[in-house]
Amino acid sequence: MLTFVGLGLSDERDISVKGLACIRRATHLYLETYTSRLTGTSVERMEQCYGKPVIPVGREEIEQRPGEILDRAENGEVVLLCGGDPMVSTTHADLRLRAAARGIPTRIIHGASIASAVCGLTGLQNYRFGKSCSLPFPSKGWFPVTPLSTIRANLSRDLHTLVYLDITPDRCMTVGEGIVLLEEMARKEGIVPPAFYVGIARAGSAEPRVAAGPGEVLKEVDFGPPLHILAVPATLHDIEREYLEVFARP
Amino acid sequence: MDKPVRIRNIGIVAHIDHGKTTLSDSLLAGAGMISEELAGKQLFMDSDEEEQSRGITIDASNVSMVHEYEGQEYLINMIDTPGHVDFGGDVTRAMRAVDGAVVLVDAVEGPMPQTETVLRQALKEGVRPILFINKVDRLINELKVDETEMQIRLGKVIDKINKLIKGMNEEMYNQGWKLEAMNGSVAFGSALYKWAVSVPFMKTSNVSFKDVYEKCKNNDQKWLAKQSPLCAVILDMVVRHLPNPIDAQKRRINVIWHGDKESPEGKAMLTCDPSGPVALMVTDISFDPHAGEVATGRLFSGTLHRGLELFVMGTAKKGNRLQQVGVFMGPERVEVEKLLAGNIAAVTGLHDAIVGSTVTNLMDMTPFESIKHYSEPVMTVAVEAKNMKDLPKLVEVLRQVGKEDPTVKVTIHEETGEHLISGMGELHLEIITHRIKRDKGVEIVTSEPIVVYRETVTGVAGPVEGKSPNRHNRFYLVLSPLPDAIATLIRNGDISMNMPEVERRAVLMKAGLTKDEAKGLKDIQGTCVFLDMTKGVQYLNETMELVLEAFHEAIAGGPLADEPVQNMLVKLVDVKLHEDAIHRGPGQVIPAVRAAVKAGMLLGGDSLMEPYQKIQINVPADQMGNATSQIQGRRGQVFDIQSEGDSIAVIGKAPVAELFGFASELRSATEGRAMWSTEFAGFEVVPNNIVKDVVLAIRKRKGLKLEMPRPSDYIDGV
Repeated sequence: MLTFVGLGLSDERDISVKGLACIRRATHLYLETYTSRLTGTSVERMEQCYGKPVIPVGREEIEQRPGEILDRAENGEVVLLCGGDPMVSTTHADLRLRAAARGIPTRIIHGASIASAVCGLTGLQNYRFGKSCSLPFPSKGWFPVTPLSTIRANLSRDLHTLVYLDITPDRCMTVGEGIVLLEEMARKEGIVPPAFYVGIARAGSAEPRVAAGPGEVLKEVDFGPPLHILAVPATLHDIEREYLEVFARP
Repeated sequence: MDKPVRIRNIGIVAHIDHGKTTLSDSLLAGAGMISEELAGKQLFMDSDEEEQSRGITIDASNVSMVHEYEGQEYLINMIDTPGHVDFGGDVTRAMRAVDGAVVLVDAVEGPMPQTETVLRQALKEGVRPILFINKVDRLINELKVDETEMQIRLGKVIDKINKLIKGMNEEMYNQGWKLEAMNGSVAFGSALYKWAVSVPFMKTSNVSFKDVYEKCKNNDQKWLAKQSPLCAVILDMVVRHLPNPIDAQKRRINVIWHGDKESPEGKAMLTCDPSGPVALMVTDISFDPHAGEVATGRLFSGTLHRGLELFVMGTAKKGNRLQQVGVFMGPERVEVEKLLAGNIAAVTGLHDAIVGSTVTNLMDMTPFESIKHYSEPVMTVAVEAKNMKDLPKLVEVLRQVGKEDPTVKVTIHEETGEHLISGMGELHLEIITHRIKRDKGVEIVTSEPIVVYRETVTGVAGPVEGKSPNRHNRFYLVLSPLPDAIATLIRNGDISMNMPEVERRAVLMKAGLTKDEAKGLKDIQGTCVFLDMTKGVQYLNETMELVLEAFHEAIAGGPLADEPVQNMLVKLVDVKLHEDAIHRGPGQVIPAVRAAVKAGMLLGGDSLMEPYQKIQINVPADQMGNATSQIQGRRGQVFDIQSEGDSIAVIGKAPVAELFGFASELRSATEGRAMWSTEFAGFEVVPNNIVKDVVLAIRKRKGLKLEMPRPSDYIDGV
């Protein structure tokens, strides 16, 4: 059995009771570390809390060498812990398909997702979000402008956009960096960048930070430690506006 | 300098030891730039000590002279070209800067394989040749030929060179590039004894072939030098037959630059216009103890002056401000106020420039065509200093060796830090390492030589599916051998990524590609070509650079033996990309495409190619059998046997891998009476029955898995 368990948003105690029960039964406990990260905790604290060794795995292990995980799932109870809700990031769909192909039963224990947490923190209505997108750190020969196109397409239909900020082993993108990148894309494309943003940091923790404002204001706001995420709102409904004025002052 | 019609930019090309440096020095001496005693004895253009003792700046690679012809003064800019057949592109680079070339041939040896190579390079660059047959005195004094025989032999040399010119560029040959003694495009003489004769010059000097014969025979070449001085004869020939920059650029820009001919820079270069945009091609960078880095190059259009802000194409768009603008007067660099199109410039301040750079005052301009390489290094040895303390000396010596003999390519291994010397073959490398030990006095240790191979695909494969590690991105490729017509276009420089797209498309369609294929051309790397045949795939645009990077990685080392790939056509026929940018970054796209190319090569019949050398052995007639068996016994073939008097020239080719020990075995087989030369003859497929052994031997050396690779090593489902 291979069970994908969503860890929720912030620390080792955001997991569901059901998820915890799966962990208790597990023969092997893997922690996926590349699509999201629980910044309010550490592997040591998880091990302490769950009473079991936790094996962190990166992208290469899951994508290129999934053999070990699947072998163990064939004969035992393997749990793959993921930040947020599993499968929101599409990468794990592949692993579940591979398991199914080998006849290994799988299931998912859901966790709180940033996709819905953002609605709560910002007051932006869940019904009004369009396609979401990720904003990657550019690298040599690669500066995709898809995120900006997605935002523009959403805006043209008066829809909000949720922008996932890149996480690499050595850095996490900040709200300020994200805005700068979007502005660079706009320059490259010769268009006007989005005017208004909402930045969110450490959703799910005891001290989240939410701030809304124009790009030049938000770029100067210190959102503190990771993780950060960005929303680009369309025209605001009165309640949305009021909510941001109360809960998202820069 | 200000009148382009009175400028000649020239180079001298020759087989090694045919007397190029001696000719350069004698010309300089004749033009009154260095003492006549010095020339011929001390090779002036090569001497670094000379430079110091005279306390002036001498750039060995460039000199300018003033020559008077029919009452007019002409400025002759001469760029030194390395005497060896070119591996590093130095000869071609020099040819880029000049409009005319003096082809120098030893009267005794006649045109040698390297004469052919350098001549081809000159013609390829649109450079017009004239001929000087050197060492005529040797013909008389050493070979003891009589006067008639002398003339016959000289005539044969001219015929041979003409045959080469006709073969390489028949169009220009018919338009007046045919060399003829009668019109004075050929001269004869001795660079060492500083005399030369040509038919037109004979009319004023009254020196006849009979005089030449007599004076050489009677050891009175001084008389010849006085009556018919080398410098006057050669430089007359240069002024009369080689084109001035205005005439030359009209024709040559079409050959060396593939940008838009109607653009301001295009028009200015075609007309050598000093008031147009600056277009400078850097052909040499040297170091001056006072001024720092000096960039030398040909100014095709515009005017240079101190303080001008220029941009070096292919680097960050940051201006480089010219500090000094100079030209060579004699061997010295002299600063000038301004320099006009058509000249050879020597400037400082171009920090971003490297040899081959295109420099302009425009923000952007199509760069000059990169230098074509006619032959490639086929064998490599690693060298290290026996004593660590000799390391700085070794570095210096290697630099010198590279300068003296540009067929040698010195590189530093990225991982081990070893110095690698690549050259034409075992003999060549032996001579080099021997010279380092003997002449330079540096004790070195050398590794076993390694042959350089190539990989290519022999059949059609695909569509091959390459999946990204997350399996969300898929690339479908079709691989096939590159059609010969396209390969020829690339080799001849008739097609490049710098050309305007419309023009390129027309050329490709003429060579047999469909309109869609021609439109889809995305990249040319060596003789590997990448076509994008997909239509309207969303997000492919912002992914294409990664796809091409993967293509470059794959062809830098093929699947069989991690050797460079050549002659392959890759078509991208379909693509599936993830919706979200983060799931189709470099880490996903590059491995997917790379794997598809490598697997595709194996599916399409990857084969290994090995370098061949053309071999010419000159032996006395009775040794002919021994010479031919030396070629045939090495998987080689003999394709021509010519007799020249009592000596026989055996011409053939053999794979480099089989030529280990060739020198000594040939020597003992022919009782030391053979003379030979070799020349790169391209890559050919390794015979099937030995491919596996060769591949495994290379894989072992490189630390790769010791088995023949399979497509399934790279992709699933095959």
